Amino acid sequence: MNVNQHTPMASPYGQPQPGYTQPGYAPLDGGYPAPYAPYNGPASPYQPGAPPQGYSPFTSFPSKAVAANPVSDLSSPLDLGISGPARGPPTTGPPPISAPQQYNQYSHSQGDMQNGPPPMTQAQPRPPVSQPYNPGAMNMSGPHPTYPQHYGPPPTMQQVSNQMSGMQITSGPPTPAGPGYAPPHSSQPPVSTAYSAAPPPSYTQAPPPVSSAPTQPPPSGPAASQQYYGSPPPPSQQPFNSSLPPTSQQQFTSSSVPPPPSQQTLPPSSYSGPAPPAGQPPAPPVSQPQQSFPPSQPPFSSAPPPTSQPAFAPGPPPTAPGSFPPRAPPPSSQPGSYPPPTSAPSCQYPGPLPPQQQPPPSQPFPYHSGPPPPRAQMPPTSMAQSNHLPPGPQGPPGPPGPLQQPPSQPGMQTGYPPQQNGAFGQVRGPQPGYAGPYPGQPNYGAPAPAPAPAPPAQKRLDPDAIPSPIQVIEDDKAKSTEPFTTGVRGQAPPLVTTNFQVKDQGNASPRFVRCTAYNMPCTADMAKQSQVPLAAVVKPLATLPPDETPPYLVDHGEGGPIRCNRCKAYMCPYMQFIEGGRRFQCGFCSCVTEVPPHYFQHLDHTGKRVDCYDRPELSLGSYEFLATVDYCKNNKLPQPPAFIFLIDVSYNAVKSGMVSIVCQELKTLMDYLPRENPEMDSIVRVGFVTYNKVLHFYNVKSSLAQPQMLVVSDVSDMFVPLLDGFLVNVNESRLVIESLLDQIPEMFADTRETETVFGPVIQAGLEALKAADCAGKLFVFHTSLPIAEAPGKLKNREDKKLIGTDKEKSLFQPQVGFYNTLAKECVAQGCCVDLFLFPNQYVDVATLGVVPVSTGGSVYKYTYFQAQSDQERFLNDLRRDVQKPVGFDAVMRVRTSTGIRATDFFGSFFMSNTTDVELAGLDCDKAITVEFKHDDKLSEETGALMQCAVLYTSCSGQRRLRIHNMAVNCCSQLADLYRNCETDTIINFFSKYAFRGVLNNPTKAVRDTLVNQCAQILACYRKNCASPSSAGQLILPECMKLLPVYLNCVLKSDVLLPGADVSLDDRAYLRQLISCMDVTETHVFFYPRLLPLMKLESGSLPVAVRDSEERLSKGGVYLLETGLHLFLWVGASVQQELLLNIFGTPSFGQIDSSMTSLPVLDNPFSQRLREIIDSFRAQRSRYMKLMVVKQEDRAELIFRHFLVEDKSVSGGASYVDFLCHMHKEIRQLLS
Amino acid sequence: MIFLRQMPNFRVWKRTANASWSQAVSLSTWTAAHVGHCSVMTTYQEFIQQNEGRDGVRFSWNLWPSSRLEATRLVVPVSCLFTPLKERPDLPPVQYEPVLCSRANCKAVLNPLCQVDFRAKIWACNFCFQRNPFPPSYAGISEVNQPAELMPQFSTIEYIVQRGPTAPLIFLYVVDTCLEEEDLQALKESLQMSLSLLPPNALVGLITFGRMVQVHELSCEGIAKSYVFRGTKDLSSKQIQEMLGLTKPAASGQQGRPLAPQDAAASCRFLQPVQKVDMNLTDLLGELQSDPWPVPQGKRPLRSTGVALSVAVGLLEGTFPNTGARVMLFIGGPPTQGPGMVVGDELKTPIRSWHDIQKDNARHLKKATKYYEAMANRSAVNGHSIDIYACALDQTGLLEMKCLSNLTGGHIVMGDSFNTSLFKQTFQRVFSKDNNGDFRMAFGGVLEVKTTRELKVCGAIGPCVSLNSKGSCVSENEMGIGGTSQWKVCSINPSTTLGFYFEVVNQHNAPVPQGGRGAIQFVTQYQHSNTQRRIRVTTIARNWADAQSQIQHIESSFDQEAAAVLMARLGVFRAESEEGPDVLRWLDRQLIRLCQKFGQFNKDDPTSFRLSESLSLYPQFMFHLRRSPFLQVFNNSPDESSYYRHHFVRQDLTQSLIMIQPILYSYSFYGPPEPVLLDSSSILPDRILLMDTFFQLVIYHGETIAQWRKAGYQDMAEHEVFKLLLQAPLDDAQEILQTRFPMPRYIDTEHGGSQARFLLSKVNPSQTHNNLYAWGQETGAPILTDDVSLQVFMDHLKKLAVSSSA
Repeated sequence: MNVNQHTPMASPYGQPQPGYTQPGYAPLDGGYPAPYAPYNGPASPYQPGAPPQGYSPFTSFPSKAVAANPVSDLSSPLDLGISGPARGPPTTGPPPISAPQQYNQYSHSQGDMQNGPPPMTQAQPRPPVSQPYNPGAMNMSGPHPTYPQHYGPPPTMQQVSNQMSGMQITSGPPTPAGPGYAPPHSSQPPVSTAYSAAPPPSYTQAPPPVSSAPTQPPPSGPAASQQYYGSPPPPSQQPFNSSLPPTSQQQFTSSSVPPPPSQQTLPPSSYSGPAPPAGQPPAPPVSQPQQSFPPSQPPFSSAPPPTSQPAFAPGPPPTAPGSFPPRAPPPSSQPGSYPPPTSAPSCQYPGPLPPQQQPPPSQPFPYHSGPPPPRAQMPPTSMAQSNHLPPGPQGPPGPPGPLQQPPSQPGMQTGYPPQQNGAFGQVRGPQPGYAGPYPGQPNYGAPAPAPAPAPPAQKRLDPDAIPSPIQVIEDDKAKSTEPFTTGVRGQAPPLVTTNFQVKDQGNASPRFVRCTAYNMPCTADMAKQSQVPLAAVVKPLATLPPDETPPYLVDHGEGGPIRCNRCKAYMCPYMQFIEGGRRFQCGFCSCVTEVPPHYFQHLDHTGKRVDCYDRPELSLGSYEFLATVDYCKNNKLPQPPAFIFLIDVSYNAVKSGMVSIVCQELKTLMDYLPRENPEMDSIVRVGFVTYNKVLHFYNVKSSLAQPQMLVVSDVSDMFVPLLDGFLVNVNESRLVIESLLDQIPEMFADTRETETVFGPVIQAGLEALKAADCAGKLFVFHTSLPIAEAPGKLKNREDKKLIGTDKEKSLFQPQVGFYNTLAKECVAQGCCVDLFLFPNQYVDVATLGVVPVSTGGSVYKYTYFQAQSDQERFLNDLRRDVQKPVGFDAVMRVRTSTGIRATDFFGSFFMSNTTDVELAGLDCDKAITVEFKHDDKLSEETGALMQCAVLYTSCSGQRRLRIHNMAVNCCSQLADLYRNCETDTIINFFSKYAFRGVLNNPTKAVRDTLVNQCAQILACYRKNCASPSSAGQLILPECMKLLPVYLNCVLKSDVLLPGADVSLDDRAYLRQLISCMDVTETHVFFYPRLLPLMKLESGSLPVAVRDSEERLSKGGVYLLETGLHLFLWVGASVQQELLLNIFGTPSFGQIDSSMTSLPVLDNPFSQRLREIIDSFRAQRSRYMKLMVVKQEDRAELIFRHFLVEDKSVSGGASYVDFLCHMHKEIRQLLS
Repeated sequence: MIFLRQMPNFRVWKRTANASWSQAVSLSTWTAAHVGHCSVMTTYQEFIQQNEGRDGVRFSWNLWPSSRLEATRLVVPVSCLFTPLKERPDLPPVQYEPVLCSRANCKAVLNPLCQVDFRAKIWACNFCFQRNPFPPSYAGISEVNQPAELMPQFSTIEYIVQRGPTAPLIFLYVVDTCLEEEDLQALKESLQMSLSLLPPNALVGLITFGRMVQVHELSCEGIAKSYVFRGTKDLSSKQIQEMLGLTKPAASGQQGRPLAPQDAAASCRFLQPVQKVDMNLTDLLGELQSDPWPVPQGKRPLRSTGVALSVAVGLLEGTFPNTGARVMLFIGGPPTQGPGMVVGDELKTPIRSWHDIQKDNARHLKKATKYYEAMANRSAVNGHSIDIYACALDQTGLLEMKCLSNLTGGHIVMGDSFNTSLFKQTFQRVFSKDNNGDFRMAFGGVLEVKTTRELKVCGAIGPCVSLNSKGSCVSENEMGIGGTSQWKVCSINPSTTLGFYFEVVNQHNAPVPQGGRGAIQFVTQYQHSNTQRRIRVTTIARNWADAQSQIQHIESSFDQEAAAVLMARLGVFRAESEEGPDVLRWLDRQLIRLCQKFGQFNKDDPTSFRLSESLSLYPQFMFHLRRSPFLQVFNNSPDESSYYRHHFVRQDLTQSLIMIQPILYSYSFYGPPEPVLLDSSSILPDRILLMDTFFQLVIYHGETIAQWRKAGYQDMAEHEVFKLLLQAPLDDAQEILQTRFPMPRYIDTEHGGSQARFLLSKVNPSQTHNNLYAWGQETGAPILTDDVSLQVFMDHLKKLAVSSSA
């Protein structure tokens, strides 16, 4: 719906947007340009573009125009100029600079905003589209900031729609959301106050839009209509248009009344609401506002968002209080407080909304503009680079520029300001400004003046005005109350951050399979045009929550699973039985296959088999087949698997305490080897090896009184010295094993051997498994760079000088080819390798990790391991790693309907051909990302089917096939594609794609590629799905409004943008780690969860806040988790009581920042906090060590690294800056 | 002797009372006379026995032809069997070092044959005629105060070298674990038992192997630790030492500074004093398990004998070079993998037979032999000997591995199972001790031969390797291991006997002065089992005789027993490298020529042929030699042949003769036990026969005796005599069993018994199915064979000897 709406919106919005975006964006662009040399280039182009847009508005509104024009023009120039200065000041400076610029910008932004409003009007049409999409609309409008986050965007849409029709009014209902917003408003208010000035301008601008609006209106109208009415966009639009046209521009003014509803939506933009409060709390609240908004969102306030627009309407109608009322309601929350301000709010809303909506969208687009090229380039990474070059001016310079320019951020800011101004500024500004604006809005002329004032205040883009991940997450949580049923094709599941129950009704649970798009383009052309990656993230052995049934085991008897004759797809719900059930037609290849007699069953009147619901393979999305001997290696049923523990006993290992810890722990772990039936003993056999420069095998045969050590020093040609007695059953040899584990630390206590080998260690395990003719897993505990003379010997090649050069990629590649060959052998044997590293210096993870990564294993790294502080983390990781369910010797194959094909795979595995993913080991945490490409057309009727079959040996030694089926819709309209995407999954794909890309391409090229592709995606949306609007307007698809922020996180990750203190090992480690992460993990990895802990309630978690320093309160305590790290940040002026509750100490100074676990205190707060921490740890596949970070402490640097919305020390752009940059890119693509 | 024992060293000796000297002088005078006038002696028989008893030397000729030409015409070369460490309980070593000739290329040891000028304190070397002053410590000598080495009865004398460090003995067990449980258990027990026999300070090590090779570390407490080597990889000594951690890491960086062996010894965890690791090792042996790798059906177990040996040799090489050490290899089957592999692991491919070898069908033979030879040479260079104890029903690859023992002086013992008394007692006997409580084994022997100028040494045949010491006394004409005057004998026991072959180089036109004597000096340096370094010097002299004028003398000085053994050794030596028939032909030709030279006959009249007493037995020896397993491979596996030959070339004369011509005793009611002809005619129904072939002891009960025994007469009081008769050969056999090394296979059989074949194959087939009726039926048992009998052989010999065309 949204998409549809958007599309229609496009036209109407387009115009309005132009106005908004132009001004706003122009600045943005300007800002970017500065930062990104290349961008400058674009900037100029944009500027031109901008001018027109800007001009249009200006033209319409001379006053504004003047301001705006200058702004717009200036914006570009300013940006350039400003960018310089802005950048200089960037961080701090920005404000000042921004101020002036901002003004301009703001003016622009305002202009944008104003434009926004017009767009709003147009946007209104959007609202109609889908209220949910309203966000999109919101984006269109300045409000985005707020709206975007929550309903911001929708609002716009809604607004539009609202404005367009009474719908808006209906949207009024969103008002309920309003209430939610209200609070935010309150918080925001302050901001708004500050910005109020700005907002007004925006509004003022809005007026200009009006002028433009008229033109716009028509389009917007249709768009709106479409949106609202979805299918009948044109009509709806038209209606809207008709009404809107005026509305859009007039909207605010005249339409105000109708808008009200939209305004109501606006309320969400409620910023307006905030606006009133504006006076109250300035910026800080902003964040809150967002939060607050979220709540509002839940109500689907998305609808409400539109209200925001309505707000605008109201704004315009300010005069028309009546209109406000409605608005007021929307911002119900606000209403209360804001009612009076309502008018103002409304104004604000409009303002904010438009900006928000617009900015966000517009921003995204800009980025895309860049990205698209990348995509094309991306595939051929190198190509990409080259391609980039062309854009190069932008790209090459850009990236570096951007990075460094972060300072440019100032520029960005400058840029942002515009956008943000539009969005953020408005948000904040709106509130304050709204009041003004609204008034102004009604009088567009007035707005103009308003802008001027606003700019100063708005100088800084309001972060609250840009799409907020937190808002999106909370909204999704709120709407996902029902269990998710998988029966409906093409339905996107709730976000990974949402707790939901899944009912398997024929498609695999999202816990097993998540797709980037649940509406696949029918044709390759469409896919290419949109650049949306078509991929699925499959986690074949994912652990399900206790309340969901694990896949059933199906036994088809001696003949093995029933399969399609041609494509060999396994029996699944997509097989259609014909001829009375005697044959079935394959859903994938359409081939008709005889049903074996023993499987025959009659069909009922609907053509379904009578036993359909008795058979998991006919009714479920995920199930398992029992494999026959034909599916086994050498046609022999597999032997029970084995675990081999290989422990480094060199000096470092012993000294750090690792050896004794491992040995001690293994004694208990022996009882927890994986098993399927908890009642039974595990049949997994175990073996032990220690090593330094030579290897020590142990004979732990049960008949021995003492274990025997067998030293193999011939590391050049590894072999296993014994078979019988090496791999033993734990129960039989328990005494000998315990004796061994007791003695190992003693034996090597005085070792002076510092050199180690590594290749032979894996070879040893491999040979042992070969000799025993079984699959298994090696647990290698290793400390140092293997420099001893042996195959796989490595040298220290850590050379930071290479970073940033074309040779940087070589650092990610293995140093020697030995390990690749070894990995291949391991895979052939089903030998999975898990590597635990305890390095004190460079160990070349890039090379050591080759085997684990290729065999489906994991790498764990404990740099500077110290028994005391790291033991807990290590042991928990080890425990989990040993105990977790795992399959061996797995082969995964993905079959798809004719028309698409799985072309690329990402993860920890090995491929010897192009279709079979071979995994020596596959555990419950490993995910594989599969990319699909068209090789023909798909049909909308049948959709696209995929079947992922994993043949593996269970830990009980049974050979099985796990089948996951997934069906998605196909669409011939791009809008449908954009409506059913999942950004988290896309990010998962992008990150894996990029992280693999760095192996062969300069990091910079990879980054550019990402940005380009992203820009293309958004530009495509903007071009084809969004209602026409000013190029300066940033329009984001509802489903992808977080794409920029998440993408920025990927770009800023240590792998793609290393800080000075990030070691090569860390980068290589992360690179490998990400490659097998599922969507949940990548999500929290790239956008960490930051929880304020000031108030804890049992039963629910506090609502997270955005990852920005601005969101941290000095008086607060926050918990941040990334899936790998866990920080407890303590503000400098925390209340004593809180400290007492948490640490048992009254003073900030007495907190021991070296603690790794919180003291156990007998108070509800402490209990709850520890509960939360424990539950976090339980959710992640790796144990997170708790780090206590005190504000102003040195360790805070590390912590700040994870505040991903902020500019990073290593040069990563802040969210705001990046959004601007993205917008610029999109605009470039569109122009 | 007593007096010598009073002289712990030379200095003490100088101070001893003059009174004691008179006795010594008188003795020496007698000896000198004896040696000088041997021809006058009663019989050569006595002379030979005396010499053998004193010096352990038996010469083929006890008078030497004085020119090269004459010597070659004698057919049998001037040669001797020399037992370097012949047990001489009456010969206590002197505690000082020998006095050497000062000429650099001579270095002969002062001996009783030297001319001594007591006044000038100068002695003349009897080999190079160099005049040497006595060392200062000999200042006190005079005619009446002579050091032992100048006394004629000390033609053999042993010196103890005080210099240099003494190293403990080393025993390195290399144990095959691919054995049946029962065998392994027996072997483990034997090994454990052996620990108690070792001197407490001896170093002991353990290597076990199967598919892998494990070197056990003995010094560790707690967990038993071993280093493992892959059984398929040939490793250099350096690699092995590195892998065992025997080279210090720093050393690898700074090459050129060789590691002091003592350091290595101190740090070597694999060789530890028995007293220290006694318990550990006993436990370790107790826990030894059969090779843990599964053996699929139709396969042989994978046995890495080659690598195991390589590791053992490498280990000793790196830690204790030039120290006495025994590597004791226990194998229960052939090497089936890795370097030195003799047969593949497929059971369907049988191990090579003589047939295969002749057809050049033995795939691994050459490679394996070469591998083990290289190993043996390395080991010999370092003075380590290698024993092989092979117990299996099938062949174990001794053919390929024999050089390990042959070149290093090690033992080879072959049995059917480790769980037999044959192995157990033989193994125990390895550690037998002499009257002084010292092991009957010596290590690292270097044997040097010095000759007077008329003689040159052509070579030696025995458990030795050449040291490639070219000297003036080395002949260009090689016989046996030649081209050197020094040989290394890594392990010597009192019975170890080498054959030395000489060449008379004196030209016919430069006659030796009348009464001139040729001399040969054997200098044997070795490490005594009590770790002392010792030098035994044996100096012998024989008179030259002009073969033209004194041919009868020369003939009568012929030692046909020694000559038979010496010729047999030459034959066996040739058989190792030549085809069997060629060797036999060569032997025949030599025999014929000898008969032509010394036989008395009329041309072309075989019936006129006569041989003198001193040669009368020689053809018979040759007859049995031709039939012996040393030259005949029929009915013997390659392993058996190697085994027999191994022992043949190292045993002393008596044992060797037994091997050539087994001894047959007959027990009957008609008189005391008597030796009887090794002939089928000796097999009579009412006799009990005891045959000693060295390798087997066969007690054969004649048909009647067997029936009586079956009827149980021996248990009847009235037939106690019969019981005694039955017991007599058993007692005699027991006596032989007690002393023989290796233990012979003991066979108790009877007429018609399957094991009677051992007897039947040895006796002269005077009665066969061909001539059965011609000889009448009253005596003996027919042998079903086509082999010629001694009678036929002699007939042919005579015919050929007298033939003018021969």
